[in-house]
Amino acid sequence: MDLIANHISHRFGDLAVLDDVSFTVSAGEVVAIVGPSGCGKSTLLSILGGLLLPTSGAAELRGAPPADSLNPLTFVFQDFALLPWATVEENVEFPLLHAQLGAAQRRALVEDALRRTGLTDFRTTYPKQLSGGMRQRVGISRALAVRPAILLMDEPLSALDSQTRELLMEDFVRLLADGGMGAVYVTHNLEEAARLADRIVVLSRRPGRIREVVTVPMTRAARGEIAARERLLALQNQIWSLIRNEAIDAEREVQHA
Amino acid sequence: MLDRAPAEIAKDTATRRVRFRGAGFVPDSSRHGGWIALALVIAIWQVAGSDGLVNPLFLPPPSAIARAIYQLAVSGALWQHVSASLLRIGVGWLLGTAAGVAVGFAIGLSRLARSVGITFISALFPIPKIALLPLLILWLGIGEEPKIATIALGVFFSTAISVYSGVDAVPRNLIRMAQSFNVPFATIVRKVIWPGALPAILAGFRITASVALLLVVSAEMIGAQYGIGAFVLQAGNLMQTDQLLAGVVILSVFGLAVGKVIGWLETRLLHWR
Repeated sequence: MDLIANHISHRFGDLAVLDDVSFTVSAGEVVAIVGPSGCGKSTLLSILGGLLLPTSGAAELRGAPPADSLNPLTFVFQDFALLPWATVEENVEFPLLHAQLGAAQRRALVEDALRRTGLTDFRTTYPKQLSGGMRQRVGISRALAVRPAILLMDEPLSALDSQTRELLMEDFVRLLADGGMGAVYVTHNLEEAARLADRIVVLSRRPGRIREVVTVPMTRAARGEIAARERLLALQNQIWSLIRNEAIDAEREVQHA
Repeated sequence: MLDRAPAEIAKDTATRRVRFRGAGFVPDSSRHGGWIALALVIAIWQVAGSDGLVNPLFLPPPSAIARAIYQLAVSGALWQHVSASLLRIGVGWLLGTAAGVAVGFAIGLSRLARSVGITFISALFPIPKIALLPLLILWLGIGEEPKIATIALGVFFSTAISVYSGVDAVPRNLIRMAQSFNVPFATIVRKVIWPGALPAILAGFRITASVALLLVVSAEMIGAQYGIGAFVLQAGNLMQTDQLLAGVVILSVFGLAVGKVIGWLETRLLHWR
């Protein structure tokens, strides 16, 4: 199943946020979206995931989702969006409650998602008892439980410290390794984009337009090698040079707002 | 420091501990502090009464009040008055709460209900409900119904306000999360909005329990033969201040008991906080 941004533009009142953004996320592909603050990255993700109607253009799907997918487009949120009154297991089970599944099937999906994210021993724990990294693991586990075709990740690591970020990035690389699941990864962190994405969509300052689409010329597995670091760094520098001046302008604009 | 001569710095070798300046204001209560303070006040009150420092007609000592409560209990009058009040409070509170929760959720969830409901609530909430009792007697007769209706009305408005405030306070990101998984509206209400609003709803119950107590006493003072309010009024008319304060103590104990029950509910239902 492909996800297509088809000439998407969006305005909040008089404020133009996105302007004619078009790209395609093919099945199994990871596309990162980067750009200066306020360029409409998260707005674009909300539109792609059906949580916001664009002013013009549309988010479209092409092809059928995998047969076992219960929620083909699934979000992983920056603030985790966990139910504080529910345990880890209940949080992971939450999106399955309304699905047409037997109890045993539901249990199996929850177990599998908990196992894949290393949360099996934390099933009865409440979110407030977990660290930020573990909370995000619960968010990822919940997303995996519905067998998504494409993960929509909105700065999933930005609320975490650098060590936790590194560990979770390794988890993402592992989860996306088999190529069965695609992702749209919104981030302001160019290192994350270069480590995870097959292609990087660089947006301009508001209203966000596509400035460039950069293809990462390495497999994800190869990017963990020390030898690859220099090339990844060069790629990050290339993207940074595209957005640096606009990032400075955007920062000043935010400060004067 | 930088402009000091090296020799002067070398001499300054004595260490001194950094003074502790505080760790912020942390409200902390002692486990038994409240009860000790209460016991102390009662003891002073008793001594003042026993030593004749206070006229017992104006302020009977605690022992006289305890005796009055005992006599009321032995005579069976206590249960007669308490049961009459409890019945009115119970039925009135349940009716008002059920309606308040339903209307509060409607206001919290529906734009139409919000625009209509908030207008009515803003207009009617400030009216002292006891002022409506004569009208309610005219409509519903002189039995239990007008007293129960007065309590239900008082409870209804506070409940509705606390419920829709609670619904408004549920983090929007949780609702968006549920919508992103195509969770049906009814499940979102049951699994996200209801538990999210529960802290505010239970806080509202504390207030409405006090409102019910206030209104039952007022209503019974206006038109009832039995009930704590009627008993207190009668004792006051006969200058039986020990009996009057016995009624007040019973009301206070009732308030404490309700507070304990709601505290227990909070511990059970909001353990995740």
